[in-house]
Amino acid sequence: MTDRIPGFATLAIHAGAQPDPTTGARATPIYQTTSFVFEDVDHAASLFGLQTFGNIYTRIGNPTNAVLEERVAALEGGTAGLAVASGHAAQIVVMHCLMRPGDELVAAKKLYGGSINQFNHAFKNFGWNVVWAEPDDIGTFERAVSPKTKAIFIESIANPGGVITDIEAVGRIAKSAGVPLIVDNTLATPYLCKPIDYGADVVVHSLTKFLGGHGNSIGGLIVDGGTFNWSREKRYPMLCEPRPEYHGIVLHETFGNFAFAIACRVLALRDLGPALSPFNAFLILTGIETLPLRMQRHCDNALAVAQWLVDRREVAWVSYPGLAGDRYHNLAKKYVPQGAGSVFTFGLKGGYDAGVKLVSNVKLFSHLANIGDTRSLIIHPASTTHRQLTDAQKIQAGAGPDVVRLSIGLEDKEDIIADLEQGLAA
Amino acid sequence: MDHDNYDDGYIRGILNTVKTIAMVGVSANTSRPSYFAFKYLLERGYRMIPVNPVIVGQELLGRKVYAKLTDVPEPIDMVDIFRAPRYAVEIVEEALALTPRPQVIWMQLGIRNDEAAKFAEANGLKVVMNRCPKIEYGRLSSEIAWMGVNTRTLSAKKAQLFGRGIQRMALNRVTLAGGATDAAVRAEKPGR
Ligand SMILES: Cc1ncc(COP(=O)(O)O)c(C=O)c1O
Repeated sequence: MTDRIPGFATLAIHAGAQPDPTTGARATPIYQTTSFVFEDVDHAASLFGLQTFGNIYTRIGNPTNAVLEERVAALEGGTAGLAVASGHAAQIVVMHCLMRPGDELVAAKKLYGGSINQFNHAFKNFGWNVVWAEPDDIGTFERAVSPKTKAIFIESIANPGGVITDIEAVGRIAKSAGVPLIVDNTLATPYLCKPIDYGADVVVHSLTKFLGGHGNSIGGLIVDGGTFNWSREKRYPMLCEPRPEYHGIVLHETFGNFAFAIACRVLALRDLGPALSPFNAFLILTGIETLPLRMQRHCDNALAVAQWLVDRREVAWVSYPGLAGDRYHNLAKKYVPQGAGSVFTFGLKGGYDAGVKLVSNVKLFSHLANIGDTRSLIIHPASTTHRQLTDAQKIQAGAGPDVVRLSIGLEDKEDIIADLEQGLAA
Repeated sequence: MDHDNYDDGYIRGILNTVKTIAMVGVSANTSRPSYFAFKYLLERGYRMIPVNPVIVGQELLGRKVYAKLTDVPEPIDMVDIFRAPRYAVEIVEEALALTPRPQVIWMQLGIRNDEAAKFAEANGLKVVMNRCPKIEYGRLSSEIAWMGVNTRTLSAKKAQLFGRGIQRMALNRVTLAGGATDAAVRAEKPGR
């Protein structure tokens, strides 16, 4: 008999959680504590030396956060996870374990704007150089790789434009370059797409969006795919060389296929410090329990709204990969067959002024700079998040004066459409 | 036996039955994985016997070190091999020469020798390859979940504490298998 593998909805509810061994509490308790007592000095030494499993101090690990880590790792089909304070923290923690000053990161040009900023400015200050590639022209990734390249970074569905990246093609380039492929799976979530199945070695998430799903907690998560051979490449000293921080332990030989998650915890989270609050972990875990139901509804609502917008005379174009004519529709059928997510952009014939007018006229949509909430959200990037850019830069970033970005929520789709209708007409 | 995929029940059965484990090739260097595994299993109540000719006569965590399996003066339930795959056949031969015979041959994470496995199985021994008993104990007891590791187990039953210690969990936990890590398993196939 072989063990039965449970389905996605079962994992979303159960993975990582079990009744508390002393109280029997069924919901995951919020271990709101900074620290954990040691049994004796020997136990403390074993914990600090990574010789046994357990909790020391919440900056390094916490039992509530651990449930979240295992939950997302299981949903992604990875070997281990690490929860951190935000999606951006997840990215810096991952890169800290891979990059040294002078190294290069190849990244898709079409990414969340905050990530483009992080790579261009914050990462530059560490001496990590980003080389941009064009996800619509896979050959640009191949040409961007150099002997200094340590990783390739893409988003499965890119924010905000509804761009679907050919993960498998980029994965092949990463494999032949001998570097890990890191995929930000925030917009798709593992319900729609599991990047590890297509060659990703590491998956990062902003839990702030659909995984938490209720717009109440910032959080981030790293999933180790367990697929990369750190010792063979010999280019990642955090993983394949004796660590002075830990009396000469070699993490890959000690922890095998979850060594990367351990490196992120004990060499990056421990020393850089962006720990997630256990209370946020609890809220996000509660959100994940309904992820499959919510995500399907998000997608179904988004498709209905996108189809409705296409026929409006005020609308110049709609960029949603779920639409039959969309340039990413074939990639969407392959990578996100159950739906193309709920974040997309469209263009208003009336340009900048029409965009400003729409965001002020809507009554159900919230005008704010987030995505992946139960509530429907709207933003006009040119007048807000991308305001400081020149017009040419705005267009390059997919935030031209006519662009409106929506994150479709879980309300009745008729109400969502009625609000847009009155907003466009007013 | 499918040595690419072991059922949790098979592994749990072994770790719940064996009491004395001889670890061949254990290192006295406190930052080596074999030392970690030895110490951890000792703390989880196994009677651990270090076997390594280089440190024979010394003590490892209070346990006397022997040069070879046949020198060990007490019955051994399981032989845990921390040596390169090419030594596995001769270690199995040595194990089979013992009276009583051990019930289990376990080859560590990264170590696999199908010839040695066939030989041991033909003689009625159970075999596990390319796994770490520390990780498997941590996984099935759920202790390793504190490190964010995907235990690939699910349970609606209360986990069991081990002894009186803090943060120690027992193996007798009721679980069903919880999810796959196929990509990691594929990546680990020898010879890739
Ligand atoms: C795709 C993507 N990645 C990363 C982030 C950053 O996440 P956080 O805001 O949790 O730091 C965001 C946030 O908007 C995002 O949309």
